[in-house]
Amino acid sequence: MSDTTPAVTSAATSVPAAEGARPSRELLQAFLASPSAVIGLVLLGICVVAAVFAPWIVPQNPYDLIQLDILDGQLPPGSVSAAGGYTYLLGTDDQGRDMFSAIVYGLRISLGVGVISALCAAVIGASLGLFAAYRGGRTEGAIMRLVDLQLSFPTILMALMILALLGKGVGNVVLALILAEWATFARAARGAGLVETRKEYIEASAVLGLPSWRILLRHLLPNCIPPLIVIATVQVARAISLEATLSFLGVGVPVTEPSLGLLISSGFQFMFSGLYWMSFYPGLALLLIIVAINLVGDRLRDILNPRRDA
Amino acid sequence: MFASIAQRILQGLFVMFCMTLIVFAGMHAIGDPVDMLISPQATQAERARLIAEFGFDKPLWVQYGRFLWGLVHLDLGTSYIFNQPALQVIVQRLPATLELAVLATLISVVVGVPLGLYAGLRPHSALSRLIMGGSILGFSLPTFWIGMMMIMLFSVKLGWLPSGGRGETLRALGVEWSFLTVDGLRHLLLPAVNLALFNMSLILRLTRAGVAEVMPMDYVRLARAKGLSNGRVIFVHVLKNVLIPVVTVVGLEFGSVIAFSVVTETIYSWPGMGKLIIDSINLLDRPIIVAYLMIIVLLFITINLVVDIIYTLLDPRVRFGARGKS
Repeated sequence: MSDTTPAVTSAATSVPAAEGARPSRELLQAFLASPSAVIGLVLLGICVVAAVFAPWIVPQNPYDLIQLDILDGQLPPGSVSAAGGYTYLLGTDDQGRDMFSAIVYGLRISLGVGVISALCAAVIGASLGLFAAYRGGRTEGAIMRLVDLQLSFPTILMALMILALLGKGVGNVVLALILAEWATFARAARGAGLVETRKEYIEASAVLGLPSWRILLRHLLPNCIPPLIVIATVQVARAISLEATLSFLGVGVPVTEPSLGLLISSGFQFMFSGLYWMSFYPGLALLLIIVAINLVGDRLRDILNPRRDA
Repeated sequence: MFASIAQRILQGLFVMFCMTLIVFAGMHAIGDPVDMLISPQATQAERARLIAEFGFDKPLWVQYGRFLWGLVHLDLGTSYIFNQPALQVIVQRLPATLELAVLATLISVVVGVPLGLYAGLRPHSALSRLIMGGSILGFSLPTFWIGMMMIMLFSVKLGWLPSGGRGETLRALGVEWSFLTVDGLRHLLLPAVNLALFNMSLILRLTRAGVAEVMPMDYVRLARAKGLSNGRVIFVHVLKNVLIPVVTVVGLEFGSVIAFSVVTETIYSWPGMGKLIIDSINLLDRPIIVAYLMIIVLLFITINLVVDIIYTLLDPRVRFGARGKS
């Protein structure tokens, strides 16, 4: 994703090249040394590929009503469709929708919402956090007070408040997730920024008379990236999980764009009559993706942690 | 110390004030508040009368003043669905939520601390690894997913426990309680465990980290050198220091437990505040939504304040403003 080698540092500021970042190949080797991280990465890769190429992978478009056959409703996994076209690998829902197709399409929305909201939250949070660390004084006080306030409310409550006021919809969910998560990034970025701001190269760039935005973006930001990557990874998983929760509660994405959480929710009512597959398999997909991201994130935290070298 | 408590109360009031602005702005920004506060079934004449009564023909700042005035007098409008004052509808459901949240917190401590203690004292045993691995799952899996799996296993497959509702309740202190009857307890068990899992993982990891930090310290070695029994060293000397962060987290997380009860209550059809807010959002019962938001903010500010005060009393080294976790 992001280049962690200190190529961004200009000669004038002469940053010690060895500090913090190591050649990316070494990082890659360190990453691959952990079997669980590799499993996580492979699972994640499969999910991403499936989500991106969904229309070419699945046997039917689950939201094209013409392709659905109501006679195929509530079929258990492995049934063959009435028209004899194909096998429903994971069964069908009450409207005769192939669960496998619905899950792959749901994965698309879940992953999309999770990644977009985590990235936006990262950009907003990191900018504010670094700015606070660099400026110090009252600016820092004001920003961090806001961060503290935000963090004293659980994310689910923040998101619920926003959706209660704005109503459901994919855009509103993304907005709610960003507002619920930016503070985590801001706190981490400020922490990393404070450490870096005290170092000589920042002082040197200030002495050279570089404009603040240049120091912030070209010198401070690149050196604060590693901890932010780790947090961003974990936050994607948390965003997916939060989105699923909100959609499960019926206040998240609308029925026309069902994410995994909404699929689980729609299948939930059928579980009591033994039709487990309608919510069990979307749940399994959700579980897989969250665990995969966490495995990758854990490993990233281990190898990007500067204390590991000490 | 009293000065800093007063300062925090003032701060809390300020946050509360900001929240009223946000909720008020939210109500006005997202469409016509007339539609939000007046039932769509109202006739034209009734509508005009209500607009005058609510003061929607007045300037915004007058309306905001009225909103605040109502708030101070605990008047948050009337629910269209229940046709009762919004505040009353929510307060009626508070005991069910509190019952669930308190039991969940109890479970998370009673199970979490011993497991964490074990994992801290025997960090390399297979059981400890299992406990720690399980706690990662408890952290990262969505609450509703685990709740659903528990229903699938214990209610649908095994048929051991009921899957929803409060069961038989008993009246005490003018409120219905589930935990006083056997049937009520059976209904309470699954949702409470579900709600407890996240905090259980958190407390377990905190305890383990605390034990690992405290065990090599000089005072523990001195206690051992004095010839104290292993049990006394662990349960009196070690546990005392380990429990300080646990108490803080239990306090701070009590708010989270109430927030997450929204999820658990919806899955297990538990008739508490959380299920009420979800139902109200789906039915567009705005007075309830506004009232719920105000109450939950007040609740959180109070919890944070109380935890701050208790923390200061427990650990005199901690001064306000120097808290680690906020």
